[in-house]
Amino acid sequence: MDSVFFGVLISLGSYFFGVWLKEKIRWSLMNPLLISIILVIVILLCAGVSYDSYMKGANFIGYLLTPATICLAVPLYQQVELLKKNYKAVIAGICSGVLSSILSVIALAFTFHFDHASYVTFLPKSITTAIGTGVTEELGGYVPVTVVVIIITGVIGNIFAEKFLKLMHIEEPIAKGIAIGSSSHAIGTTKAMEMGAIEGAMSSLSIVVSGIITVFAASFFAGVI
Amino acid sequence: MPCRDWEDGGNNRGLYFEVMKFVIQFLIIIGFSFVGEFFHYVIPLPIPASIYGIVLLSVSLECKLLKVNDVRDVSSFLIAVMPMMFIPAAVGLITSWDIISGSLVKYVVVTFVTTFVVMGVSGLVTQVVIRRGKSK
Repeated sequence: MDSVFFGVLISLGSYFFGVWLKEKIRWSLMNPLLISIILVIVILLCAGVSYDSYMKGANFIGYLLTPATICLAVPLYQQVELLKKNYKAVIAGICSGVLSSILSVIALAFTFHFDHASYVTFLPKSITTAIGTGVTEELGGYVPVTVVVIIITGVIGNIFAEKFLKLMHIEEPIAKGIAIGSSSHAIGTTKAMEMGAIEGAMSSLSIVVSGIITVFAASFFAGVI
Repeated sequence: MPCRDWEDGGNNRGLYFEVMKFVIQFLIIIGFSFVGEFFHYVIPLPIPASIYGIVLLSVSLECKLLKVNDVRDVSSFLIAVMPMMFIPAAVGLITSWDIISGSLVKYVVVTFVTTFVVMGVSGLVTQVVIRRGKSK
């Protein structure tokens, strides 16, 4: 079980199974990422393998995340004209997303009587993991919890985005992309990519812009609780 | 593709270019990752390498330093399999379960509610501004 390939094998295998299951059962809750996360956890717990020995191999998949995120520049570039034409709407959308994220976290943190550490753990929940953990660390929150919350936020966006946007009558492809990227970062963006080129490009842009704005906005609002 | 023989000692020129294309594309993307890491290391902000990389690659494409064709195939592949890359970090849930389990319900409520609030607000604001611009 200490084999480097074990972690890669069960991750790839579970993901393959998740994609296959989604094809078989056409049901939006059948999300390949969610299925594979649950499956890997179950396998590790049943086989009594520690997270550390799993990560020895699984790290190699994680390493690809930086190059893959950088590749989002390609679909973004292909929509650059559209972006220039709608820059006001894009900026307004992303800024309102960041602000609503922080304000809703503050409101709920007050409601549930969170202490400072729990509060700042949730502040960067809608931005990409790599920035979010940096923010939490700097403000004194629980970094491992932030990672989980960010990923679950992404998975929620990935699973429910299509239905929720329809419910809210958000129909403009640009608005859909901004909504997904601002709320559920890269994991949501993979869904936006499936929805269309414009959605994917705008969602990619939102990851970058909302991530950077949140770095500054979160430290500004950190003292509230 | 008639001849896909990998053992012909590299005499197949088509295959040679095919292989080189992927190597070069991957090289470029890893190069941007490396420069991104460098920026992250030098600049004292909690902005990760991937964000510097995405900005640098966008600027390079926009300034015509690179063509989309120089990175198209490998980047399409990496984006397509991207969801899979989140599995290892998400499985980390089992290590922080002890901190989370105590306030599980609160945490779940906050996570769900804020995600939908952000999605609704940012989407509606964007749509309103676009449609106002169109109607003028």
